[in-house]
Amino acid sequence: MNDTALKAEGLYKVFGRNAQDAVKKLQNGASRDDLGGATAAVIDASFEVKKGEIFVVMGLSGSGKSTLIRMLNGLHPQTAGTVTIGEDSITGVTPAKLRDIRRHKISMVFQHFALLPHRTVIDNVAYGLEIQGMSKEERLKRALKITGVVGLSGWEEKYPSELSGGMQQRVGLARALAADTEVLLMDEAFSALDPLIRREMQDQLLELQSELGKTIIFITHDLNEAMYIGDRIAVMRDGRIVQIGSPEDVLTNPANDYVEQFVQDVDRAKVLTAESVMRKPFAVAHENSGPAAALQAMRENAISALYVIKRDRTIVGWIRDRDVMDLVRKGEKSIASVIQTDHGAVSKDTPLADLFIPSLEAALALAVTDDKDRLVGVVPRVTLLAALGGEPDAATSAEPVVEPLPSEVVDKVLDASTEKGGTL
Amino acid sequence: MNFSEFFNEYFNVGDWIASFFDWLDDTFGAFFDWLADAIDVVFDGLDWLFATPAAWIIMVIVGVFALLARGWKFATGAVLGLVFIFGVNQWENAVDTLVLVIIAAALAIAVAIPLGIWAARNDKVSRVVKPTMDFLQTLPAFVYLVPALALFGIGVTPGIIATFIFSLAPGVRLTELGIRGVDKEVVEAGQAFGATPRRILRQIQIPLAMPSIMAGINQVIMLSLSMVVIAGMVGAGGLGGDVTQAITSLNVGLGFEAGLSVVVLAILLDRFTASFGKGQGLYGQIARKRHAKREAAEQARIDAQQLETAGPRRAGI
Repeated sequence: MNDTALKAEGLYKVFGRNAQDAVKKLQNGASRDDLGGATAAVIDASFEVKKGEIFVVMGLSGSGKSTLIRMLNGLHPQTAGTVTIGEDSITGVTPAKLRDIRRHKISMVFQHFALLPHRTVIDNVAYGLEIQGMSKEERLKRALKITGVVGLSGWEEKYPSELSGGMQQRVGLARALAADTEVLLMDEAFSALDPLIRREMQDQLLELQSELGKTIIFITHDLNEAMYIGDRIAVMRDGRIVQIGSPEDVLTNPANDYVEQFVQDVDRAKVLTAESVMRKPFAVAHENSGPAAALQAMRENAISALYVIKRDRTIVGWIRDRDVMDLVRKGEKSIASVIQTDHGAVSKDTPLADLFIPSLEAALALAVTDDKDRLVGVVPRVTLLAALGGEPDAATSAEPVVEPLPSEVVDKVLDASTEKGGTL
Repeated sequence: MNFSEFFNEYFNVGDWIASFFDWLDDTFGAFFDWLADAIDVVFDGLDWLFATPAAWIIMVIVGVFALLARGWKFATGAVLGLVFIFGVNQWENAVDTLVLVIIAAALAIAVAIPLGIWAARNDKVSRVVKPTMDFLQTLPAFVYLVPALALFGIGVTPGIIATFIFSLAPGVRLTELGIRGVDKEVVEAGQAFGATPRRILRQIQIPLAMPSIMAGINQVIMLSLSMVVIAGMVGAGGLGGDVTQAITSLNVGLGFEAGLSVVVLAILLDRFTASFGKGQGLYGQIARKRHAKREAAEQARIDAQQLETAGPRRAGI
């Protein structure tokens, strides 16, 4: 319970007459279309947002996401269900209590900025603090600091109309940050900005979030935006949440056809990481195993090279069939002399977009390591291509393109080595 | 018995309304008498204030205000208009009319703006207020005079009361429209940060609805002026009195002298009230200069403070 910043349970919002009846009908399995005069904007929404998380609600216009976010701070009273922020329920409380929660627990950034046009930037930023009842001197001091944090120093005494869209939204963001609430609601906050500014704001938001550790609930209709900033994504359709999961989850395991269709256009290379597409290493050689064993492993897997690992699975390097074959011919007992250390392994958090060049440079399927440099998987080039094509499974049926040696040749060498008394 | 007789037998609207006003007079007679006296006192006081100084003093004062509000062109026009009124010997009538307008419009604004705000915030009130305003606005202006006359007797008060009711509608409507038209997101921003409804009204809705509210006030004043002239028929005096007299005696010259004086007064009132809050004229210039100076000083202070506390700052984009 302690790490939950906000919890919504069974939220319904129905507009029109007989809203309560409509909720009952919906709960009994009626569809959204047979409610008579009532319009259901949000149907049975339940989710939990952890502290410090960026939770994105994504859906097309009319999917109910704006209504949903407005229920989280009580701008739209819910028809049924509960919302809890930290320890405080905001449903079924007095208006005064609700105002108190809004002042101290939850603030909001709006799509069209919603700045007060007759107040200067600094007074806009200080607005939330003013309502909290902070003294003028203190709130201006704090507002000044936040204005600097969002990069608007030098614009404090301007009016919103004198600022560009991006700067106005920085004011909106600063106003919400200045209120110093645990939870931040952002309603399509960057949708009204042009793409370059939007990207910049997204980066800034991520930066601020990692610095300040706020819990952010972000509404967007832009899936790329959702994938880029979201720790978890809730996909909404026709008032219902159809899937909640990490960006990779949503992308690789869409809950239904709708989500699948939706994620088709996403730039997979930036969302998916090495971890999500990697396969189990075919085979590995231990650093103190013999050349014949290594060669045997390569032959069994029909590959021309192997990664060499230590006992704790950290990567040492890689070996090539030809070199190992030479060792076998010479009757060497250790592969140590032919291990090449330029293995070029990547971390499992690397996005696909950054795998292409290492993948080209690596002589065999790209190695993927965890935080402790241990080999956890490999990404063959085919897998990379299949993941980009949206069908990671296709890679399992494909085989590495690396040509193995003809088996007769290998057999001959192996036979010869047994005659010499080499061990396997 | 034809239909009309039948209808009159059972639905005698005229009788009902007449007996309603009779009842009103019987029950609240003392109150209406008191109200008439009070309005008389206010009227006399204001009239004395405007009529006592020599005409040229008023002209200079109006000229200076015109210069401050809209600039020298308007100031010149205003003074010329006043000279015309003085020239055709309508000065005292014009002052009377102006005072009537001021009192009636002040009453109307004092009622219209709160009523408009209430209607904007409450749909039920709005559903009652809207048709009422339609009714008030479409009922022929003369009709107001009859009950006013019955309740207050001949004089200034029935004119002011009839004018007050007649000019109420645009003030209420434009206030409601203005407040309902305030960007919903900005109001939501106020709510989202925990502001009380009263505070949202004061800090967001009224300031943002100001252009519409000012247009309403302007309309109230203009309607008051047109009604005050009609009120001349019930002895409210002023320019309306002379217009009524000109009609009864077919005096074209007097009719136009008084009529043109009304036009001058109308233009003056309209232009003055339309310029409120728009920062035109000399006052606007002075205010802008002062504002720019203060802004620069404030920014300098903030910059200095920031250098002290924050060190190098991030560039604004």
